[in-house]
Amino acid sequence: MSSSATVGADLLAKSIDFNGSGVVHSFWELTVNGLTYGAIYALVAVGYTLVYGVLRLINFAHSEIFMLGMFGTYVGLELLGFTGRADAYHQGVVLTVCYLGVAMLIGMAVSGVAAVGLERVAYRPLRKRGAKPLAFLITAIGMSFVIQEFVHYALPKLTGNKLGGTNAQTNIRLVEPTTQFTIGGARIDNVSIVIVVAAVLLAVGTEMFINRSKFGRSIRAVAQDPDTATLMGVSRERVIMLTFLIGGLLAGAAALLYTLLRPAGTIVFNGGFLLGIKAFSAAVLGGIGNLRGALLGGLLLGVIEQYGQMFFGNQWKDVVAYALLVLVLMFRPTGILGESLGRARA
Amino acid sequence: MSHTTQPAPTRPMRGVGDAIRSRWDGLSRPAQWGIGVPAIILIALLPLFPPPLIDTPAVNFGVVMAQFAMYALIAIGLNVVVGQAGLLDLGYVGFFAVGAYTVGLMTSPNSPWNQADGWLNTPWSWFICVPFAIAATALSGLILGTPTLRLRGDYLAIVTLGFGEIVRLMADNLGDITNGSLGLSRIAHPNVGESQQHPEGYFSSGNLGDKHSMNLLDRAGSGTWWFWLGLVFVILVLLFVGNLERSRVGRAWVAIREDEDVAEMMGVPTFKFKLWAFTIGAAIGGLSGTLYAGQVSYVSPGEFDIIKSMLFLCAVVIGGSGNKLGVIVGAFLIAYLPWRFQSVQIGDQSLGDYKYLMFGLALVVMMIFRPQGLFPVRQKLLAYGRQIARAVRRPVAGATAGADQ
Repeated sequence: MSSSATVGADLLAKSIDFNGSGVVHSFWELTVNGLTYGAIYALVAVGYTLVYGVLRLINFAHSEIFMLGMFGTYVGLELLGFTGRADAYHQGVVLTVCYLGVAMLIGMAVSGVAAVGLERVAYRPLRKRGAKPLAFLITAIGMSFVIQEFVHYALPKLTGNKLGGTNAQTNIRLVEPTTQFTIGGARIDNVSIVIVVAAVLLAVGTEMFINRSKFGRSIRAVAQDPDTATLMGVSRERVIMLTFLIGGLLAGAAALLYTLLRPAGTIVFNGGFLLGIKAFSAAVLGGIGNLRGALLGGLLLGVIEQYGQMFFGNQWKDVVAYALLVLVLMFRPTGILGESLGRARA
Repeated sequence: MSHTTQPAPTRPMRGVGDAIRSRWDGLSRPAQWGIGVPAIILIALLPLFPPPLIDTPAVNFGVVMAQFAMYALIAIGLNVVVGQAGLLDLGYVGFFAVGAYTVGLMTSPNSPWNQADGWLNTPWSWFICVPFAIAATALSGLILGTPTLRLRGDYLAIVTLGFGEIVRLMADNLGDITNGSLGLSRIAHPNVGESQQHPEGYFSSGNLGDKHSMNLLDRAGSGTWWFWLGLVFVILVLLFVGNLERSRVGRAWVAIREDEDVAEMMGVPTFKFKLWAFTIGAAIGGLSGTLYAGQVSYVSPGEFDIIKSMLFLCAVVIGGSGNKLGVIVGAFLIAYLPWRFQSVQIGDQSLGDYKYLMFGLALVVMMIFRPQGLFPVRQKLLAYGRQIARAVRRPVAGATAGADQ
């Protein structure tokens, strides 16, 4: 048996690259890429973390909310008559930014409505009946199936094969990636800039909303102690709706940014699954229920994934993400910033 | 609970299922076998004489039933983990994959481990692989369970989900070990009953069965043969799991499921028993994987995605988590309904395409209206202890109807 074990190790070494010098060589390039992906993970992760903080529910269907956001921007832009597929950027910066803004709003609207609708249809009846946590989780899985398969099979029937189905929609290309400047050997293109700036703005906005506004305070109150919050006059139902709405809005924004980053093959019925898992990993990594943790976890996951991809080889990218998730959960189940939404500064 | 003067505790919610169950429990062991064996024989003969309404015109009914037996094994195994011990496992497909891949790697000519021609080419090759596959899956259950079973609830679900995906990605990416995305083809099957008519034996997919033959063995196609083999496995596993359930192990599982902290405080070594549940569940999943690999004779990583895991969980939840026979019914629904729908055409679309949509809806509706599943497990009696169980059962079992309050 020992000989076959060494054969196994040999074969393993052949399948994995262990390209350490590559990581060192293109360190900054990888970091920039990682931060760009990470910003998107972070935006989606906020949706997971808020819902978990308030409801103690892993909203498995959040990845489908994200996927609907991608479809939403696509349809919205088509309806606006935007068909410039590669030369949009040459129409001028102002126009491009306008289109980006409008597209993002459409995506946010679609995802926001979908998230609130999901809460209404699937989770509220369960809450009314005081169901067990397992029932919530299975409902989330069920809704994830329903939304995916609706887009997969029913949507093409309803739209005459224009939308949905097995093949990805051809994305409307809003910004053609062009290198703007170089930092430490890393080429930074306009798409990365747009994504990081938009993500940071949205994240800061959300953080301020949660920490400063009256609604934000009620969210934190419910996350900390639902019963007392209710006694103090906070409407739990409204808070839950609000958290789903915020999560949906951010997922919609992330959907647009993701289609900017990965223009081909993303707008498809199962296009949200992988990103959903990654974003959830990010939320867990940072400490689920913690807003800043979600941001930190997203960025970290994005960067580590890029390093891992270079180090182990391209095909191991997703394995790195899952392995990171498993490792973090095993050693620190509460994540890096293991404080909950409710216990964050009042 | 306040101490209001309620009427004497009446019988809790008794449906048809409960009536059947209590009558069944009242029967003596030989009487149970007396009913059970003919019922099993009847089920075994079903694919030979498919009743018109139940038959699946689009595919061979035997093949559907073989898939049912496979899913039934999976549901029983997953039920040990989810239903008995209360550990939510979303990566169960990983064990199924390990079982299937073990057989594949040992017997497929494409396997990097089986380059030497003629290795494991005996008529018994498939059967030889089965214990290896079970051992490999049990080991992988142990490996996965040891670090992760400290986690609870949602976190455990996510970690297992991650592991399930890792197994699939490994199978996909470790090209030199698993033949990667190309998969493994021409996996061995039991070479039983080779003859002029069936050059590769009854279990070969070439055996389509002779619909007009009155010799039952010839009438059965390969699907039916696999169904029979699966049925034998199901019965063996049911006996094994049933005995476990009635033992100290089973009671520990239920205690852990109901309240882990209390169980730990009462002296149940929870980690050990959780690990047992995980390992046994995994091994049963691996056994099912060997059936799959043998019947389809081809495995590839794409078959073992998360959707499958969710589907297995569907079988358990729809059937009634914790109830062995319930989850078998769940497995039947999961295996059978898509094929049945496949042959129903609406417009130019087969209804089978909507199977996942319908499963999703079924799950959601089920969680709202009947979260305990179609055939819920009877939990109370286990919590009370044997004497009360016997006391409750006596009025039904006893011949004196007047004893009923």
